[in-house]
Amino acid sequence: MAALDRAARSFLLTELVMGFALTFKYMFKAKVTVNYPYEKGPLGPRFRGEHALRRYPNGEERCIACKLCEAICPAQAITIEAEPRDDGSRRTTRYDIDMTKCIYCGFCQEACPVDAIVEGPNFEFSTETREELMYDKNKLLANGDRWEGEIAANLQADSAYR
Amino acid sequence: MPMVKIDGVEIEVPAGITVLQACEMAGVEIPRFCYHERLSIAGNCRMCLVEVKPGPPKPQASCALPVADKQEIFTTTPGVKKARNGVMEFLLINHPLDCPICDQGGECDLQDQAMAYGFDRSRYHENKRAVPDKELGPLVKTSMNRCIHCTRCIRFATEVAGVEELGATGRGESMEVTTYVEHALSTELSGNLVDLCPVGALTSKPYAYEARPWELRKTESIDALDALGANIRLDARDGKVMRVLPRLNEDVNEEWISDKTRHAIDGLRYQRLDRPYVRKAGKLVDATWSEAFAAIAAKLEGVDGKKVAAIAGDQCDAESMVALKDLMTALGSPNVDCRQDGAKLEAGVRSSYIFNAGIRGIDAADAVLFVGTDPRAESPVLNARLRKRYLSGRCTFASIGPAADFTYPVERLGAGPATLRDLVAGKLGFFEKFKAAKNPLIVVGMGALAREDGAAVLALVRELAEKVNAVRGDWNGLAILHTAAARVGGLDLGLVPGEGGRDVAGILAGCEKREIDVVYLLAADEIDTQKLGKAFVIYQGHHGDAGANRADVILPGAAYTEKPGTYVNTEGRVQLGQRAGYPPGEAREDWAILRALSERLGKTLPYDTLDQVRARLVAVNPSFAALDQQAAGLWGAFGKAGTVSDAPFTSPVANFYMTCPISRASRTMAECTASRRQLMAAE
Repeated sequence: MAALDRAARSFLLTELVMGFALTFKYMFKAKVTVNYPYEKGPLGPRFRGEHALRRYPNGEERCIACKLCEAICPAQAITIEAEPRDDGSRRTTRYDIDMTKCIYCGFCQEACPVDAIVEGPNFEFSTETREELMYDKNKLLANGDRWEGEIAANLQADSAYR
Repeated sequence: MPMVKIDGVEIEVPAGITVLQACEMAGVEIPRFCYHERLSIAGNCRMCLVEVKPGPPKPQASCALPVADKQEIFTTTPGVKKARNGVMEFLLINHPLDCPICDQGGECDLQDQAMAYGFDRSRYHENKRAVPDKELGPLVKTSMNRCIHCTRCIRFATEVAGVEELGATGRGESMEVTTYVEHALSTELSGNLVDLCPVGALTSKPYAYEARPWELRKTESIDALDALGANIRLDARDGKVMRVLPRLNEDVNEEWISDKTRHAIDGLRYQRLDRPYVRKAGKLVDATWSEAFAAIAAKLEGVDGKKVAAIAGDQCDAESMVALKDLMTALGSPNVDCRQDGAKLEAGVRSSYIFNAGIRGIDAADAVLFVGTDPRAESPVLNARLRKRYLSGRCTFASIGPAADFTYPVERLGAGPATLRDLVAGKLGFFEKFKAAKNPLIVVGMGALAREDGAAVLALVRELAEKVNAVRGDWNGLAILHTAAARVGGLDLGLVPGEGGRDVAGILAGCEKREIDVVYLLAADEIDTQKLGKAFVIYQGHHGDAGANRADVILPGAAYTEKPGTYVNTEGRVQLGQRAGYPPGEAREDWAILRALSERLGKTLPYDTLDQVRARLVAVNPSFAALDQQAAGLWGAFGKAGTVSDAPFTSPVANFYMTCPISRASRTMAECTASRRQLMAAE
């Protein structure tokens, strides 16, 4: 009986019809592809993209040169040098990230006690030369200033789980 | 000896020790903040609580509790754990959560012990205490919010450093460690406060925020800034020495080092000679090594060996000194000297130029006579050892020499050699006291020997030592306190004028009279370079100081942190220093420079590797074979009886903070000098 059933199905091309049916069904569904770069997909608040150094609302940089990110970085991509600033506070004189070494694990932002170094939502930072991927403190602070709105919103959204 | 039971294990311990020490002997770790082996017991941090049977039904502070026979000690019971947990919570109530910006982070006792014995959250929601920071001078940075009132700093300053400047005001939460009237600490050992502080309340000011402990590469080495040869650890990052810490050596420096040893290292970054120079038309011009060697070879061509002279400096390693001596011998020059200050010490009899009793011998001395020395300026750590002996109450002190604050009472007998002569003749009351002493110690400084009548003073001292029976089979109480790390090594290697040779004064006189044509200065900067006259001066060293300023050819060498080297300290102990980083630019290790130069001059020295140079050291003087050992030298005839002048002894160290090219180039030491001057002016 099973042999007859199988023969009937293949004779009537049911599998083929079912396959076409599935294909046709998707013609009426919403498209999942996006027209990048004009359209972009959604990103979670924990997305780990390009690094940024944040500031406090009064403009003071957050980073206090504790060097925990440098210590935890598994790719040893971060280099920090510090000294007392004129007002006696502990600040970095150098904060470099070698983006070609970085593996985007996010340990640096986990280790940071003041939420200074974060991996922001930006993933579009490809460059034409390697040198441009050696980020220094100015570049990172500029990133922070540019992305602060999104970064703050993401941290807010994720704060309940931290 | 009492038998105690610690956590169920029986152990026999010496009588009179504390429960904490007994636990340590049994290998049981007891957390502590205020207890320190070298300080008196305070018992105020309460972290070392244990349960003791028989005893009251509450935890006991083990650091302040003596052991008793048949005592049972429990360190792991739930009660003890809860007690430690509670103490830790109390300590953290007022301790700020600023570990990320604290320089102690990563090597903090409070951090470590909070991880091991603490509770994982705080139940305290009130405001934390705020304490104004204190100003303790250019070396110690304070952050008094972090203080947990262990009083180690107070006890160190009072007991070891001997300056009663730190204290506490207020009680309980309002207690503050302070200098009462704000002023810089006047001790030369203030850097040790930073090591002692178990939290980040006292941190190093010059090192502030520079590096984290986990970034540093640690090298165990020997200090070359004074003659004590303190055992140090060089912490370097990227080949740059960031800080110096003491290393434990009971026979030498215990666990202290002086502020110069610790903080002069920033001088290694400034004024460095990083390439050879040759003087052309009156100006020093950059040159390559071969150009510099060619200039030397051209000058030495056809010059009689007797017209060549060499002076070894105060921080040279033994390797470079033996190479210098061998090169001079090859050139046929007897004019070699390592005694830049002109000390009238001879190389023959070892007991005539070392601290025979050893630094450990201080602990056995019961009467000490200082002759022409201010040990606090010449070797502060040694002075702390003398002070420790004073505190034991079994030693009396007297001094013939400069009026100085020793940090302990010293009877001043007189100022100059006349007093010494009277003492030797038995005319002073102290003579009987000194003679009655079991282990008399005569500490002779360079202030008494580096003068015209130095040999006569040495003869007087020798006579005194024999008269008071200071030299016996089991005790040699003649102790020469040097000021230069290289001096004993130089004398051991015989860097003194050979037959018909000239000493430093003779060389300088010869230069002025144009009897000496070429002078080789091996990092020698403490001579009067004006007197070098028209001589051709070759300077080999690491800093652009007096010698380099006058030189005609400069060969850049390595400082003590940049080469493996052998140093002999004032007590004749041979110690090995290690390399923590490489010398800057073109600079090279000193013995290798001399070896390369000898080849260019056609007098190749017979060693190519460091091991071969060290074998040569042993061949010259077998005492170099025994590392880190100290013994009195053989007694013999030395000194030259003669008339002594009436000029008073003066200490060779006028400013403790600046005694060598490195410390003169150091900004920290300049700040210390200024601070000390201000302090003196205020008094």
